[in-house]
This record gives sequence, structure tokens and C-alpha cells, in this order.
Amino acid sequence: MQKTKPLPATDALASIDAITAALETVGYISTKPISTALYLAHHLRKPVLIEGPAGVGKTDLAISAAKALQFALLRLQCYEGLDDSKALYEWKYGKQLLYTQILKDKIGHVVGSTDTMDQAFGKLKSFQDLFFSRDFLEARPLLQAMEQGAGSVLLIDEVDKSDEAFEALLLEVLADYQVTIPEIGTIQAQVPPLVILTSNDTRELGDALKRRCLHLHIGFPDAALETRVVRARVPAISETLLAQMVAFVQALRAENIRKPPSIAESVDWARTLILMHASQLDEAMVRDTLNVLLKRQSDILAVQDRLPDLSRRARERT
Amino acid sequence: MDRTLSSFIRALRAAGAEVSTGEAIDAARVLAMIGYGDKSELKTAFSLVLAKTLPEKAIHDRVFDLFFSAPATADATSSPDPDDDSATDKAGASEVEQLMSLVRGAGGGNADQLMAEIAQAAESAGVDDIRFPSQIPYYVRQTMQQMGIAPLEARLRDLLLSPSPQTHQEATDLAAARDALQRHVRVRVDQRFQLFGKPATESFLSDVAVNRALGRMGSADLERMKIAVARMAKRLATKHSRRRRITSRGKLDLRGTLRANASHDFIPFNLVLKYKRRDKPRIVAICDVSASVSQQAHFLLLFLYALRDTITDLSTFAFSSQLYDIAAPLDTLPFDDAMAFILQEYGSGSTDYGQAFADLADRHWDLIDRRTTVLILGDGRSNQTDPRLDLFREMSERAKRVIWLCPEPPGRWGTGDSCMLQYRTFATHVSHCTSAVDIERAIDEALEAYV
Repeated sequence: MQKTKPLPATDALASIDAITAALETVGYISTKPISTALYLAHHLRKPVLIEGPAGVGKTDLAISAAKALQFALLRLQCYEGLDDSKALYEWKYGKQLLYTQILKDKIGHVVGSTDTMDQAFGKLKSFQDLFFSRDFLEARPLLQAMEQGAGSVLLIDEVDKSDEAFEALLLEVLADYQVTIPEIGTIQAQVPPLVILTSNDTRELGDALKRRCLHLHIGFPDAALETRVVRARVPAISETLLAQMVAFVQALRAENIRKPPSIAESVDWARTLILMHASQLDEAMVRDTLNVLLKRQSDILAVQDRLPDLSRRARERT
Repeated sequence: MDRTLSSFIRALRAAGAEVSTGEAIDAARVLAMIGYGDKSELKTAFSLVLAKTLPEKAIHDRVFDLFFSAPATADATSSPDPDDDSATDKAGASEVEQLMSLVRGAGGGNADQLMAEIAQAAESAGVDDIRFPSQIPYYVRQTMQQMGIAPLEARLRDLLLSPSPQTHQEATDLAAARDALQRHVRVRVDQRFQLFGKPATESFLSDVAVNRALGRMGSADLERMKIAVARMAKRLATKHSRRRRITSRGKLDLRGTLRANASHDFIPFNLVLKYKRRDKPRIVAICDVSASVSQQAHFLLLFLYALRDTITDLSTFAFSSQLYDIAAPLDTLPFDDAMAFILQEYGSGSTDYGQAFADLADRHWDLIDRRTTVLILGDGRSNQTDPRLDLFREMSERAKRVIWLCPEPPGRWGTGDSCMLQYRTFATHVSHCTSAVDIERAIDEALEAYV
């Protein structure tokens, strides 16, 4: 780790408030914990593991951070069965094969001048590494991130969907920012990337992985934060409607439902309401557009009876 | 690492958050970057570094608030060298005066100095070793002595023994100062007890509780048991959620290999081997919920429901005579309400094991196949009714294993109306189960079969 060059001095990473401001310029409303996490991640050179319900802006944070800091974004989407040849590197077998064919004729020349078998073998040995050199290596996201000359953001999305074997493979990358390729050696990151892992809690991640990361939990936003986020994402919305819809969504989360709407659904709903030219929240409108907020039929049925009450109370907020 | 931080980490560990040495080092680096200045910022940062799950974050926030509620750092304020104890010899007026001004200063809004002195004195008195609430007065006294209360009290005693109008005012002042100091010290000692003593006592008590007979639980124990059971369940879950598939060496998966090498003109560079998928555990739990064993049923279900992530294929039934599927109440209601509902609705009839097995055979027989482990909890006392051994035997043949948990000791099996000895013939395993540890072992054994 000592060998790596110092990180590029980006003003945006100089303080926690600077990060918040930088994220806001790209339309991501950050909170204190989020900005602190990025600040520490950069200065301690530690990956951030983000957990929380779907749709609260975990993946979006990585994308926005890359945009705000003008870093390259390398994204690795995890799934069951993901292995090192998809995540780290792969040898270009086809190219190797092609080259063997092309070079076949040349071998006669190389070996021709030798007298004994030993000499011929010795000569061939000096060419052996040719096929297992960097030229024949196909870099996948993790290796690509190590090779970035300038700063980069490495997003490892939904790491909980991958197998445990893959988790173990990540450990070397995350702890030391290096990748070991047996045929070549260890490739050290030129500039350690800002690593962001996200998890939806499909399964509990291993302790070894968690210990190497900063742990950030993003939950559902409170009313004030949600108002700011929706306003940033849907600037066309009127203040009255905004206050009413946020109040409604906040109340809806407290209801007994399986999958409460998250911030992504609120933003979609705000867009829907604007499309429907709504200026006020009324019950009929809510009923028609409820499927934007709730994605389960059972949840929609469960709140049917509560809708008049909920929308009336949301209207009274203004 | 500075003393305050290491003491904070000790408090976190005492409260049940697992903090590794590596994380402690990270915390020290964070501290170097952020400092003690902004408490809320430090709290956010520590929570990122030290707490890696949601429950741990809750613990962290609570301990942080408690720990940093008073200026906890003796070294944060520049106090005089603590080893300079020469002052003790020349006891007398100056020291009394010093202490008085300190306490008076606290009254006038300059509390930091006093708090720092108290923190330091409390630490020298070894207050962090406190374990029980009954020790609080002792440590209060020790701390005050460390602060040099003795000369002040000697002076106070002298004044009170020879009362005179001139010294009356001074005596009142001294007594007030002493009481004020005692109040402050008590707050400090109490805070340390909350941090270090209480969690230690709690974890000791839950260690005792998990080994205690389930039938004799007080309501205070129940809450503690819930936490302990959650912890045990987590242990079981980590143990059994590993390794879903096993590569069987040397068996080539031809189709997989061809697919994987399509980009290389089907020249097999990468071999794909066949693997066996491990059976997912399927557990059918049948609980006798009649009054005699309801407490044990309560804990078995608590355990199984804490393990819901690991045992995805779980069916639960309760009976006293007729058998009922209890998945619905357990899924929809909070656990305690669900249990109350189940005991009230299904726990009142007279126990009839034969009827329960007949109902199972009628309605849910297809649940039981060679992947299923059947967990039965009950005392096998069937009120002289037909135990339906034929059905039990058939179930045992269909299922992977049948594990019977019996709250009665083996010596009483077969006495009176107990059919345990007959049932035992066909069960894979019968164990005497009294405490939470027994239940843990039984479930561990049930899951062990799915390797």
C-alpha cells in the first residue's frame, strides 16, 4: 500500500461539507452520514458498504459521486455464479490461439539453428511468457479499476447476490487494492479507487468483508429530506403538491405493508402527478396512481380503506 | 491509542457490539482526522467505522451518547500532573480551599474543570471495574477520597464538634460543597455503571438463563431469553448457511463446458464440472401446546422464527387434540401476540397425539418427504387415547429424520399415560429438552443432516 502514489487532491473531497456541496451540484441530496462516509472512504482508503432497502439511492450515490468528482465509474453488477473471469480478468484464448497459428512457421526458424534438443527447448522457454503477458489479458471491472491512472469510483452493486466464494475473492482487492495474477504477478492500483459496495440484505454478508469496509446504512428519508430530494429531481412540482405528497408518502410508510415505497417511488409518483396535471392531492387521483407507489397487489388492497383518511390528512398539512 | 478511545471501545464491547482490533485502529485514525471537537460528527464517523449492522449501530449510538454525555476525557483539559501527590502531605487549608473553589466554579457555570477532575479521580478509583448497582456507593466514596475529600471533611467535623456563631457559615458552606461534589461524582459513577457494569451483569444473567429449565421462567427472564435466543439463532444461521453447493470432483458437465467455451470455437479451455446442490432444509415442526409443555413450545417456535432466513421451507403446526397450521398468526402478528393467540385458541383441549397425527396424515402428508425433518415437541402423554403408532411409523419412514424433543426426564417416559417409549422406537432421535441450550442443540442436529 505504501507504494501507491498519493491521491489526486480534489477540492471536493477536502471536507465533509465540500462533498455535500459537490453532490448537490449533480442533483444528489446528501446527508451527514453519507458525506462523512465518502470523506472517510477517501482519506482512510477504505471501501464503503451501503445497506438499506431498495430504492433509497445506494447505487445512485456511486454514480453521482463519480459525476461530482469527475472520476471514471467502473461498475460490477453481482449475480449468483459471478466468478473471477467475469470480475477480475480473463485470458484472450482466441487471440492466443490465433497467434500460435501465425507463429507456427516462425518456430522452424527459431529452433532451426540449434543442434540439440536441450538447446531448442531452452530457446523456446524464453518465448513462453509471450502468451501470458498483459497483451493477452482481458481486464474486467476490478482489474480495470486497479489500472486507472486518475481517480475512479468502483461500484460493486448488490454484492449480497454473489456467492460466498466471490466475497472471498473481493477481500484482496478491497484490503490492499491489488490483484494477483499467477502468470504475471501482483498488479497494484496506481490510484486507489473509491470503492462502493451495495447490498439489499438478501443474505448476511461475511464478517471478514464487513470488517474491511465502512458501513453505511441508508434508511427511508424523513419528510424534510424527502422534500428536498423530490424538489431536486422534479423541479416542476408546485410547493403545495410537494408538501402534500411527501406527507402522504410518509404516512403510507407507517401503514402495515410489506414493501413500503422508497424515495425512488416518491420521485416517480411526483412525475406521475405532474403528468396528470394535479395541483392538489385528491382521493381519486391517489387511487388511480397508487400502483406507482406500491408494487404489490396485496399492499394496494391493504391500504384501500385507509386512502380517504390518508389523503385528507395529507391535504390538511398545507 | 488514547485512553478515552480505548475505554469507549471497551464499553462498546461490553454492550455486545463486536469491535475488532482492526476496527479500533480505524477508529483511532478517524479520531486523528476529526477530533473530539464536533461530537455529532464524531458520532457519525464512529458509527461508520465501528458498527457494521443495524442493531450494532443502535448499540453504538446509545453507548456514544452515554459515554460522551459528560466530558469524559481527563486528558482533554489540561489538568495538573496527577502524580503530583505531594499536596496530600501538606493537607490543610489550601487544599480544602482548592476543592471548594472547584465545586463553586461548577456552580458558576465552569463545570468542565470539575468534571475532568472527577473523571480522573474515578478512573484512579478503578470505577470501570464496577459490576453491580450495589457497588455504586462504594465507588462514589472511593472517587471522592481520590479527590482529596478527607481534609475537607476533617475541617467540617472540627467545626461541627465545636459549634460557634462565627464558624456556622463556613460549616454550612463546606457541607453544601461536599453534597454537591457527591452528587456530581454519583452521576459519573452511575454513568460508568451503565456503560460497563450493566452489560456485564446482563450477559452473565443470560448465560444463566439459557441453561435454566424453560418451564420455570419469570417474565424478566423472558425478555432476556429473547435476546439470547436471537444470538444463538444467529450462530446457527452462520454455521448452516455456508456452502450451498458441493463440487463433485471429476464429473464433467458437458453442456456447461460447451456453453462456457463457445467463444473459443468450442475448444474446451475451461472445464465446467458438475456439482450437487445441497438440499435446502425443510422442517416441519409439530408442537404440543397444551398447558404442560406450552413454555417449551414457545421457545422452539421463537428459535425457528429467528432462523427464518436459513430455514426457508418451514411449516409449523400446533395441537392439543386437533392439529392447526399456525404459519398465518406467526407471519402476520408480532411474535408474543401470535403465541398468546395460539395458546388461547389451540391450547385448551385435552391432549390427543393420535388425533394430531391423523390430521397431519389427512391434510399435510405431502409435506413430508425424504427431504423433511420432522421436529416434534411434546411429552407424549396422550390421555389413554390411541397413539396411532402406525401413522407415526409411516411418517418416520417417509421423512428424512424425526426428532422428538421431550421436556420430561427419561426416567418418567412410559409411566402413566406416556407413550414416549413406543414413539421412541420409530423416532430417529429423542432428546430430553429442558433449556434453551437443548433446543439449540436439537435444531443444530436437524440442520446438520442437510450437508
